[in-house]
Amino acid sequence: MVHAFALLLVLQLIGEVVVQGLGLPVPGPLVGMLLLFAGLLMRGRLPDGLRDAANALLRHLMLLFIPAVTGVMMYFDRIAREWLPFMAACILGAALTIAVTALMLRWMLRVTRTPGDHG
Amino acid sequence: MGNAGLFKIWVFLSGSPLLWLTLTILVYLAALWLYARSGGHSLVNPILLSVAALVGVLQLTGTPYPVYFDGAKFVHFLIGPATVALAVPLFSQLERLRRMWLPIGVALVAGSTVAVVSAVVIAWGFGASRESMLSLAPKSATLPIAMSVAEQIGGVPALAAMAVAVTGISGAIMARSLLNLLRVDDPAVRGFAVGIAAHAAGTARALQVGSVNGAFAALALALNGVATALLMPLLIRALRPLL
Repeated sequence: MVHAFALLLVLQLIGEVVVQGLGLPVPGPLVGMLLLFAGLLMRGRLPDGLRDAANALLRHLMLLFIPAVTGVMMYFDRIAREWLPFMAACILGAALTIAVTALMLRWMLRVTRTPGDHG
Repeated sequence: MGNAGLFKIWVFLSGSPLLWLTLTILVYLAALWLYARSGGHSLVNPILLSVAALVGVLQLTGTPYPVYFDGAKFVHFLIGPATVALAVPLFSQLERLRRMWLPIGVALVAGSTVAVVSAVVIAWGFGASRESMLSLAPKSATLPIAMSVAEQIGGVPALAAMAVAVTGISGAIMARSLLNLLRVDDPAVRGFAVGIAAHAAGTARALQVGSVNGAFAALALALNGVATALLMPLLIRALRPLL
């Protein structure tokens, strides 16, 4: 588990270095995630320690966000001013995204005749 | 111990990272308990409950956010390794990904693009400031990715975090009736759409609905994080006239 955690940190570090070094417009941890995914593809199976470490972190993902979201208290005046565009973009945007994604995936499954997944 | 003694203890604790770190975790546990008691009701969202409680405490005690964050940053730091760890659920969905890569890929690019473009265009239509539009753009990606993408394109990470929370909760609430209205009944399609639009909150909801729903929502969540980060520079360039 400690080994797995070290691996996650090392990959994040490599990701940050790559992003800074090459001036890529993506977050460093994302590059770390892609590296880990590539590593798992090459290895072909998921080590138990890594699965446990990932599950431990991801199970309480919500906790990790709390400090950042609490930072919203620094922007109360802006939210008071812009609450309407803010809520409209979030709620209408989510509705549009759900509709387009669902219709597009359904249509693509039909066109390509991919068998559905009911397992 | 008199008032002066209590005050001295408060002065010591309120400036130390220990108090705010401990409080963050305790508030989260209390919010989780309430969430479980409500039967997983989407309005009793643990993040919103915790943040409301913490903001209340900080306002009442007159504690500035940077002092709070000095303690809470130990939790915040774990977002990075957690983002790297998202490769694990993605790898667990490899079989599905292999079998359905073309439909999934097309739906992913369409959904991810609509999520970003609709957020910016709607915010623009209602007269949002440039910084708010840039904070709203990555709102359908999972939080760690949305926050760092927002920061990179010139938005405010805290506002992005708020937008992610509102999007996730509203998406989870409306998904069921909206998908029924569109007569989409394949659980794979339903789960995938909710995962793209409403990331973790939607995925948690989809997992309650069923295993196929949940698996596709988790796959969509991980893929949309990657797609949002990769598509964002292009989309921002295309949306430049509005920004």
